[in-house]
Amino acid sequence: MDDVKTPSREERKSALSGLGTSRKRVEDARFTQGKGNYVDDIKLKGMLFGDFVRSPVAHARVKNIDTSAALALPGVHAVLTAADLEPLGLHWMPTLAGDKQMVLADGKVLFQGQEVAFVVGDDRYAVADGVSLVEVEYEELAVVTDPFKAELKDAPILREDIADQKEGAHGARRHPNHIFTWEAGEKEETNKVLEEAEVVADEMVYYHRTHPCPLETCGCVASMDKVNGKLTVWGTFQAPHAVRTVASLISSIPEHNIRIISPDIGGGFGNKVGVYPGYVCSIVASIVTGVPIKWVEDRMDNLMATAFARDYWMHGKISATKEGKITGLWCHTTADHGAFDACADPTKFPAGFMNICTGSYDIPVAYLAVDGVYTNKAPGGVAYRCSFRVTEASYFIERMIEVLAQKLGMDSAELRSKNFIKKEQFPYTSALGWEYDSGDYHQAWEKAMKSVNYKQLREDQAKQLQLFKDGKSRKLMGIGLSHFTEIVGAGPVKNCDILGLGMFDACEIRIHPTGSAIARLGTISQGQGHATTFAQILASEIGIPASDITLEEGDTDTAPYGLGTYGSRSTPVAGAATAMAGRKIRAKAQMIAAYLLEVHDDDLEWDVDRFSVKGAPEKFKTMKEIAFASYNQAIPGVEPGLEAVSYYDPPNMTYPNGAYVVVMEIDVDTGVSDIKQVYALDDCGTRINPMIIEGQVHGGLTEALAISMGQEIAYDEQGNVMTGTLMDFFIPTAWETPNYETDYTETPSPHHPIGAKGVGESPNVGGVSAFSNAVHDAFKPFGLTQAHMPHDHWRVWKIAKDLGLHS
Amino acid sequence: MIPSAFTFYKPDNIEKAVSLMSDFGDEARVIAGGHSLIPVMKQRLTDIKHLIDLSGINEIKGIEITGNQISIGAMTTQVELINNEELFKKAPIIREASLQIADPQVRNLGTIGGNVANGDPANDMPGLMQLLDATYKLSGSNGVRDVKAREFYEGAYFTVREDDEILISISFDAPSGGYAYEKQKRKIGDYATAAAGVILKVENNMCSSASIALTNLSDTPVYCDKAVDIILGKEIDNNILNQVTEACVEQSDPVADQRGPVEFKKYVAGIVIKKALTRAIERT
Repeated sequence: MDDVKTPSREERKSALSGLGTSRKRVEDARFTQGKGNYVDDIKLKGMLFGDFVRSPVAHARVKNIDTSAALALPGVHAVLTAADLEPLGLHWMPTLAGDKQMVLADGKVLFQGQEVAFVVGDDRYAVADGVSLVEVEYEELAVVTDPFKAELKDAPILREDIADQKEGAHGARRHPNHIFTWEAGEKEETNKVLEEAEVVADEMVYYHRTHPCPLETCGCVASMDKVNGKLTVWGTFQAPHAVRTVASLISSIPEHNIRIISPDIGGGFGNKVGVYPGYVCSIVASIVTGVPIKWVEDRMDNLMATAFARDYWMHGKISATKEGKITGLWCHTTADHGAFDACADPTKFPAGFMNICTGSYDIPVAYLAVDGVYTNKAPGGVAYRCSFRVTEASYFIERMIEVLAQKLGMDSAELRSKNFIKKEQFPYTSALGWEYDSGDYHQAWEKAMKSVNYKQLREDQAKQLQLFKDGKSRKLMGIGLSHFTEIVGAGPVKNCDILGLGMFDACEIRIHPTGSAIARLGTISQGQGHATTFAQILASEIGIPASDITLEEGDTDTAPYGLGTYGSRSTPVAGAATAMAGRKIRAKAQMIAAYLLEVHDDDLEWDVDRFSVKGAPEKFKTMKEIAFASYNQAIPGVEPGLEAVSYYDPPNMTYPNGAYVVVMEIDVDTGVSDIKQVYALDDCGTRINPMIIEGQVHGGLTEALAISMGQEIAYDEQGNVMTGTLMDFFIPTAWETPNYETDYTETPSPHHPIGAKGVGESPNVGGVSAFSNAVHDAFKPFGLTQAHMPHDHWRVWKIAKDLGLHS
Repeated sequence: MIPSAFTFYKPDNIEKAVSLMSDFGDEARVIAGGHSLIPVMKQRLTDIKHLIDLSGINEIKGIEITGNQISIGAMTTQVELINNEELFKKAPIIREASLQIADPQVRNLGTIGGNVANGDPANDMPGLMQLLDATYKLSGSNGVRDVKAREFYEGAYFTVREDDEILISISFDAPSGGYAYEKQKRKIGDYATAAAGVILKVENNMCSSASIALTNLSDTPVYCDKAVDIILGKEIDNNILNQVTEACVEQSDPVADQRGPVEFKKYVAGIVIKKALTRAIERT
């Protein structure tokens, strides 16, 4: 213990790379060198391949499936149809939303791309040939693609299996194509406020159907070991433990005999939360054939069949005084869920957290109703880089604010500022029942407005408008504003579960004798950088450098139970579990240190990476010394070793928020928009790794750009998918991606152990509104109130045309 | 996304390639850069039993410039067209248009021959070759023949090429005058929503020669002969440019797709044509 050589507090702190450090991502070394291990990299001895025969039509009766030619092909081992799965009770499977879904077409098909038969063969080539030889006889039926036509009296009945059921998983059903009605808030009171209001804005806001489209598609390798009865499945699972439990429940294989492994995952964005027929068929095929089976979607399969997002028609009314104080909000949403209700939401929330739709505003009374309907489209309804239905809710309120501002003749920045929930109102209970944990919206807004020089932007816009009106330019300038409040970190077990599994999460830590550590979590990174950031949380909690902590996730045989990674829940829930487990380690470490230093526990204080004696900082034991002692000293009353596990049930959600501004120039003749500025201020509470936050914001903004400016899953009236390849499904390249300016305020969550709120999804939630509002704003002087996304060239051109700007 | 089985051949001269083509008839296809062919094979939209790779035939690669005569081998890649300084001096529009094809990765493999011979109306080179009044040299079992680019295209993916014929080279005279190739697309890598090429000469403010062609605005490239008739010999002013533009749009016949409805495409066609005309005139 030489005082001279003891590094300073700051030096020791910086050596940990703990909270607040822009630590480089430890994952990147392998990803950037092509050394990742994805599901398609897994090759097992004797492994066969499987792939689907898919329906070419959107609605038809399946009259006959002839597999004989395929089975006669050398290299084809088996062709599974619903008839083969039925004896196992696996021709249908439960969905996350309380509905059920055909694994393979059982008598009919309900959307284009639906799985009809599963061909198993030696390699992808034999399987592809086999798929092309399966002959399916379809009798086509009338198709419903418009959700508003689904409940017409003479609409074709899609789900004949439940046509007579008047009760669904979420209450009464009023039509065979109706799934549920979900309500929140005060209906009568809201109606009364609207009737008596001085000003009411009324608008239909459509958030179109799109798709998460991760770089890696969905897939799995299922391997049933008939000797020991153990099923191992490697797959692109965002929630491996939940998959294990569900697999056990539907297959009757005891849960201890199922091992689910999520290897490296190439992006999820909600696409990999659901359970897909490919997983079930691979497992069954492995049981049938006795060898491992690999199934990996191709891009077209992925876009057509697995997990769309959004598709919400949100009719809104918002009322205010003449001075612009909002008095009430009403929303009726028609939710197009496709052929099966396979939305990935907590069980009690069939429309997710759509009731966060009062946004960042202090709205005294509100009412929300959501009607889910079946159509001949792919099932899904996942939270595409957002918490459950939060982008829909945020887009809705941010559009309603804009149309209300128009009606009031008021600047929408001012209208926002006038109605923000005030700092002193937190914790704030919204009219639709959420308790917002913390925020300082005015501070963020003022910072944003100042950073972009809002006043100057409006002046520039007015000048550009004058040039346009004078015939000197064909371009208009749009300024898109958005302030969003996310609700993430699902969630408290008291109201959040998926298929009965409470949405807690867990972390288990083992400190090794030499003072390094391994931590395992119930979450699974898909690019978020958990191995980097969770090690930073721990570094700050237990004083071991982040680089000495291994993070492991995704293997259900080793990781503690958790509900996985989506809805920005990893940091709020598993991050909290990590901190709490770290604190348990520290508590035990304190006892060990007290023993070693021969003082009472209470005489010690924590000092970055050590316990030192209060008032005598030269007497200390470092975490490294304590770790070794825990393995080699017999300490009375203390068990050997230094390990801890924490299961964290969050007391509340967290509410990240932010202020975004997008400036663009729009050519009214070509419909081409040129994005001039994107400013994103995020408040995600305590910032764990600013560099990863910045990366997350860049990625989320790029997806927001894609969604708002061109990306969609489009169907024609026959239910054909019109955007089945990346030619038509817009993924921005570096060329289309503008420069981003990021900024922040930091309002810690009061209930989270380290005050962190989650950030990965904020830029998608706030970004879509900002981009879309910019397009609307450009045309506002000509009376545009609402134009549906995506704002691709021809739709923007159409806005201009309809406003008479082409003549 | 797995093609059905096929036999792969890689002949080292054009005679062998032609002989394979005549042996197999319409069951055979040649492959150049493969960017159009491989996706349709993978989606099993076409069933090709015999695939003949032309990349081993050196005699149909490269750019030859003799005086004002330019001859480009069918297997010359787009990146080679872009990087050839001599070609840029003689026909700068080739670089301008090539740089607007897809993305660098595609252009590293994509060839001029594949681009023009496939008959895909969305490809940029067919319109460009009609603009330049290029001649295609086809080699078949009956020998070699020349076909004008303006007479080569019959419909989408249908050309006058016989089943046993292979496009071996493209030749044209170095153009003179101002030029421009204007293309509107949704993103990098996309085909044109509308594209137009213009080459024209203005002497004493009179248009002394002109050529205009359109891409992805009909089931074939469109050579705008009527528009050319209108502008030839006329004094250049805004009024005449509008008339020319209108005549070009009149000759277009786009189809609706995810890029937009017909009305939009025709409108944007007018915009890109006018832009191309204006820029070409600026360059004279």
